[in-house]
Amino acid sequence: MHRALETPKELAWHAANAALASSQLKLKQIDCVVLGTAPDAFDGVHMKSEYLADGCGGWGKPFLRCYVGGGTGVYAVAQACFQIASGMFDTALVVCEEKMSSCQPHPQAAFLTIFDPITEQPLKPNLLWIFALEQTRYMETYGITIEEIARVAVKNKRNALNHPAAQLAAELTVEDVLGSEIMAWPVHRLMVSPTSDGAAAIVIAAEEVARRVSDKPIWIQGIGWSLDSAYWTNRDLAYPEYVEKAAWMAYDMAGVKEPRKEIHFAEPYDPFAYKELHHLEGLQLAPKGQAPRLLADGVFERDGDLPVTPSGGLLGVGNPIAAAGMMKICELFWQMRGEAGKRQLPGKPERGVAQAWGDLMQVGTVVVMGTERPD
Amino acid sequence: MSERVAIIGIGFVPLQPATPRHSFKEMVFEAAQIAYADAGISFEEIDSFVTCAEDFNEGISIFDEYTPDQLGCRQKPMHTLTQDGLHGIADALMQIRAGVADIVVVEAHSKASNIITPDWLLDYALDPVYNRPLGFNPHALAALEMNRFMDQTGISASQCAEVVVKNRLNARDNPLAAYPLKTNRRTVDSSPYLCYPLHEEELAKYADGCVVIVVANEATAKKVVNQPVWILGAGFANDSPTIESRCWGYAEYARLAARSAFRQAGIKSVDEIDFFEVDDSYAYKELQHLIALGLYDEPVEAGRAVESGETRCDGKTPVNVSGGALGMGLPLEAHGLYRVVELVLQVRGQAGERQLSRAKIGVAQSWRGVPTTSGALVIVGSEAPRG
Repeated sequence: MHRALETPKELAWHAANAALASSQLKLKQIDCVVLGTAPDAFDGVHMKSEYLADGCGGWGKPFLRCYVGGGTGVYAVAQACFQIASGMFDTALVVCEEKMSSCQPHPQAAFLTIFDPITEQPLKPNLLWIFALEQTRYMETYGITIEEIARVAVKNKRNALNHPAAQLAAELTVEDVLGSEIMAWPVHRLMVSPTSDGAAAIVIAAEEVARRVSDKPIWIQGIGWSLDSAYWTNRDLAYPEYVEKAAWMAYDMAGVKEPRKEIHFAEPYDPFAYKELHHLEGLQLAPKGQAPRLLADGVFERDGDLPVTPSGGLLGVGNPIAAAGMMKICELFWQMRGEAGKRQLPGKPERGVAQAWGDLMQVGTVVVMGTERPD
Repeated sequence: MSERVAIIGIGFVPLQPATPRHSFKEMVFEAAQIAYADAGISFEEIDSFVTCAEDFNEGISIFDEYTPDQLGCRQKPMHTLTQDGLHGIADALMQIRAGVADIVVVEAHSKASNIITPDWLLDYALDPVYNRPLGFNPHALAALEMNRFMDQTGISASQCAEVVVKNRLNARDNPLAAYPLKTNRRTVDSSPYLCYPLHEEELAKYADGCVVIVVANEATAKKVVNQPVWILGAGFANDSPTIESRCWGYAEYARLAARSAFRQAGIKSVDEIDFFEVDDSYAYKELQHLIALGLYDEPVEAGRAVESGETRCDGKTPVNVSGGALGMGLPLEAHGLYRVVELVLQVRGQAGERQLSRAKIGVAQSWRGVPTTSGALVIVGSEAPRG
């Protein structure tokens, strides 16, 4: 949602404070702070990490900001995870913050500056166009219909009805989605996540600390990330190979051999409706081109065989870029702790995967979490 | 912490005030080729990549989009830090110790000559609510800090000027340096004030360049190179970003980073360190950073040391033999990595005319410039750390 009254620092503070309260640790017990936040152009603050440092609690501490565009929210957890696994730190506070509303009249203008200044910017592209290209390629390659894509928006916006921070929760039908304006064919307005302000944070700890302070720690079992070529025009956009690479890196670490059987629920990145399906395929949770059929069969519903985006995702809750990825990590945590309230999945899920995506349709970041300590 | 980690390859291009004939991608490609050849590896063997870059300095949002191709890391783990290159080295160290990767490449570059109005850009680093509306040039923060520093330590403006003389003179023996100059204290002292008491000549000038460093675990390092340069410790820290509540006059971030890195390296006293490459983006900063690293019993000694030549190449504790940022130029996020390049060349005995007779353990330290309080520190040595 738009939090016009809060400065970026204050948003970061709210999230950091809530995470510390949930972990029952004090800031002085935190060894290092990791920040994730997307382009500086939104806030118009140069060296945004330094500006946000004290809001995140990174004062008088090792502090750094990691950055992989839209993939940052999930990647930040991977960053903090290897920082702790290195033995250098025992505890880390990971904060993701985004304030898009200060970019007036619309943050889309800031996105013009992400394109190659020589070959692409003169064409004045925007994100809707390039994602429309990718969606078209995806639909064309596998013979997917627009109705099948629209179902994602219906599901996620409905799931978001139970999320206390949701910005665009709604009870809609496929007809409603297809009746909304066409932004750039085949992308309809209700298939696009909104721009948002928000922040989310978690605390992670080494095993000894985790066992001491919590009787219900959720374990990070695997982390993976992968960045593809900047020349997106030269790649086949029908299938996200970089997500597959990132997923296998995380699954191998987690000891997951058959993701479809061993992953109980998923929070893939869904800034556009088709992206959820696209990413489920990259995550090896659906065969190539088959995710839309599984969705139509109800497999991805909250009471389905493989619940997907029970939080409501970016389409329903909102898309404060880096914070949106972290919101997905938070959802895995709540679901496996049994603290998801009305969104709680049936059957005590024991392992989930969160994924984020970004840059020029280019980066996949994956975190596998579970109730069991990894080997 | 049992895993030992070494630098097995370095690649760099000479720093220059402007590089109109090269794009940043070409500079990165060149430095990467040199680094991979130096390490004797091919890009396919590298597990993970880190680039240190800031969007506004690049003029491109979400800059990490443009990092993979020229480094050869398509569909590999790659991420960006919006930090100095030394944070990148610390990041590589942590990835390897965590077992996530065996070989990590760290890259940082500068195309500062593309920034038409660098001081205006720096304005955007000020707090947008409390500070930016006051309409001052961020260099004024350095001048304020210098005033406080001199008042607190008893170090004189002339002693700060000595740092410029020393470093620009050192740069004459460094083929990578963009601003070598035989100068004297009077010339520095008589240059116009940027903001009182800071003279124009005491400010490091921007330069373009690129450094790529290959970092590897012990097994790989011993297999592929004869002379690995071991990373003994790395630390990074922030003080308060808010100018109203920070520690003026003292570089707390440098002290915290040093404390952590020294502990990892098992270094009890700074006397164990043979030479230093510390941030000198403003002349007084070199002295302030040396004080924070614990070189002197009394802060005032830092001023006397530079005056007496103790920190010259032939002195007891050589500081910025490379010429530092004052002599080499300030290459944005690559600043810290050029310091590492000097450490590696010295430790390997490849520093040419400026080769130190004793260069077994060296320290590189960086600061991210005004208005930040962010810094990192890396210690390297010729011998592998003791278990």
